[in-house]
Amino acid sequence: MRHALVSTLALILSVTLAWGFETEAERHFGPENAPRIRVLGTTDLAFFSPVAEAFLAENPGLGIEYLQASSQSVSLAVDAEGAPFDLVISTAMDLQMKLANDGFARALPPDIVQRLPGWARWRDRLVSIALEPVVLLIAQSALNGQPPPRSRRDLIALLRDHPETFAGRIGTYDPRISGAGYLFLTQDARMSDSIWRLAEVMGRLDARLYCCSGEVIEGLIAGDLVVGYNVLGSYAAANLPEGSGVLVVPMEDFTITLQRTALIPVNAADPDGGAALLRFILSDVGQDIQAQVTGGSVMRPESFTSQPWLMPIRLDPGLLSTLDTMTRDRFLAEWTAALDQP
Amino acid sequence: MRARAPSLRRRLVVQLIVLSAGLAVALYVAVRLGAERASEATLDGILGAATSTIAEELRSVEGGAELDLSPGTFSMLAAMGEERIFHRIDINGLPVTGYADLPLPPQAPTALQPVFYDAEYRDADLRLVAVARSLMIENRAAPVLVIVGQTREGQRAIALGLANRAAALGLVVFLFAIPFSLLSARTLLRPIGRLAEAVGRRGGHDLRPVRHPAPAELAPLVEQLNAFIARLRQTLAQTETFIAEAAHHIRTPLATLRSEAEMALRQAGDEPTRARLRGMIRATEESARSANQLLDHATVLFRADQKAQDRVDLGAMARALAERFQPTADLKDMEICLSLPEETLETSGDAVLIEAALRNLIDNAVKYSPADSTVDISLVDDLGYARIEVTDRGRGLGGETQAALAQRFRRGANVGGVVGSGLGLTIVSETATAMGGRFALAEREEGGTCATLWFPRSR
Repeated sequence: MRHALVSTLALILSVTLAWGFETEAERHFGPENAPRIRVLGTTDLAFFSPVAEAFLAENPGLGIEYLQASSQSVSLAVDAEGAPFDLVISTAMDLQMKLANDGFARALPPDIVQRLPGWARWRDRLVSIALEPVVLLIAQSALNGQPPPRSRRDLIALLRDHPETFAGRIGTYDPRISGAGYLFLTQDARMSDSIWRLAEVMGRLDARLYCCSGEVIEGLIAGDLVVGYNVLGSYAAANLPEGSGVLVVPMEDFTITLQRTALIPVNAADPDGGAALLRFILSDVGQDIQAQVTGGSVMRPESFTSQPWLMPIRLDPGLLSTLDTMTRDRFLAEWTAALDQP
Repeated sequence: MRARAPSLRRRLVVQLIVLSAGLAVALYVAVRLGAERASEATLDGILGAATSTIAEELRSVEGGAELDLSPGTFSMLAAMGEERIFHRIDINGLPVTGYADLPLPPQAPTALQPVFYDAEYRDADLRLVAVARSLMIENRAAPVLVIVGQTREGQRAIALGLANRAAALGLVVFLFAIPFSLLSARTLLRPIGRLAEAVGRRGGHDLRPVRHPAPAELAPLVEQLNAFIARLRQTLAQTETFIAEAAHHIRTPLATLRSEAEMALRQAGDEPTRARLRGMIRATEESARSANQLLDHATVLFRADQKAQDRVDLGAMARALAERFQPTADLKDMEICLSLPEETLETSGDAVLIEAALRNLIDNAVKYSPADSTVDISLVDDLGYARIEVTDRGRGLGGETQAALAQRFRRGANVGGVVGSGLGLTIVSETATAMGGRFALAEREEGGTCATLWFPRSR
């Protein structure tokens, strides 16, 4: 009887430890038995590794455990499951904002918060660690010598004029699955109505929907796709090989610019460790490493003046409105209706 | 040690400081409450408007309701500071979106009247508003409740900042109040000091009423003081009058007694009787002299107040007195040497008093001088004063001071058998003071006394 109870407890524990959310990748950095800083993020492992290794080179006694998951899973892990991570990094600003607003984020040390400009933080709970433009990818081969489209209007005209080239070869996020994809679309809709016409055109051309930027890029490299809409610029820069014939085009009517944000959950087991890692990521060394890996997706506010089309997504509770269930349902219904042509 | 009432200044300072401290605290509380109320009213207005907007954005669609929450509305609610925002929408009493566990209002709002309330939610103090409307869903009116809550940390921080600034201001006022109240206490109490000084400066016999200008608050004190002085003056005057009357009444029978005794001496044959009669005559003389001086003294006291302004020729007066004392001096084989200037030295004052003073001085000189000696009387001009010196070769002051000898009924220790009342020098001293002059008594090195009187010269 007693034996059974213990084994039941062990079972419950193991289930609890395994977590209910889906992870995409997992890796331990540093010595096996060193104390570990547990990080949960949407960042690709390949991008995170150099930062982690540089941090551990400075702090030899520590280790880092990194779990990569989708933005929805990241949010779910902290919110519904209360997983005790020491640092949570995500591209889905709205979901991160909701976590912070709902009280799942701990106050960050003042030295971290005070260094950042007002637009790069929300209260002392959520900070921006990178700026990432959301870009259009287009294969050179699909242009037939024409210049690449510089705005959504150009893109709509191009797609409409050459259905034979683009049919079935357009890839974008599925906002129903991807938190980041939903965020990009709602921000598109906030900026301009042209997104609805683009949706209709893409629907007519049987656009394919993906969970993540990486898969769209893979499709483009493989040649299955010729257009990737709303792809994270950093992933494109890092993953497109030399001479792939894929152009990275910032939309000059407006280019949504995402802030990759980080928070430390209230139930973090080692908040100081998380803060130390965050401090390193925000340091000049950390920012330089990120810039090398992703091709410039760092916090460089001066880029807003040299590229005026960059529209940063505001890090404030305005982001919460699109997360409202009814608002989200209505938005997705409209999107689906635009995309699914009879 | 006498028990003393608490210092007026300390009382005043303490009261002023307590008052300003009270004001500083009141300022802090008033600003804090005021700032909180004002900002709460403003923020409630924004919150109410935003919530009404959200309620209006609800549309009825086939199979339910549709909502498109505007990010702008949420951004606006968060703009004041960086507040947290929570919302909840109920249709038909069931939560359909937002935070299903957000606290409900204490009473149901109506379509016209939103309900504002405070609640704690997710470790935050929220200010919430509930707005009601109804929506046609499947041909039936469905009640809709929209609740939006926000934290007010920014508002509280601002109100606290304002209140702290007000408190700092209050503290500054308080700090300024300390020297200011010290200063005002001193200014307020200065008239009291001045009055005391004016009363203290008066001469010993100045019993005139106090005319010093005093603030209205001190007028009762001055009035009472003057009434007291008046009573004192009256009492003194009565006493002096009584003494003068008594002296006068005694003098006349004494003169009769003396002439009777002299006649009896002349007629008496046997030596013991004559000796007794001589003793009797001496005692009578002594009594008559005392009575005279008492009368003189009363005169001085009385006339000093009258402030008569006669022109007195001091030289003539000295000469007349020297002649009057010549017979007495002759009895002791004494010489009175008079040294007068050629010009006429005049003073203005009471002739009777000046005469009494001079007479007493010469009388003393003749009385205390040994036989066959000289009394010098000189009159000179001394820097605007007429100086009269009466010098004898008598027994001096016997170690007594001038001040002591000028007291009433006080006689030197070395008077020996000489007849005297102890009033002579008192009369001289008081006369000199009343006439605006001075009196000095000094022992001469070669023996004897030098008495000096100064009177201001009249022009």
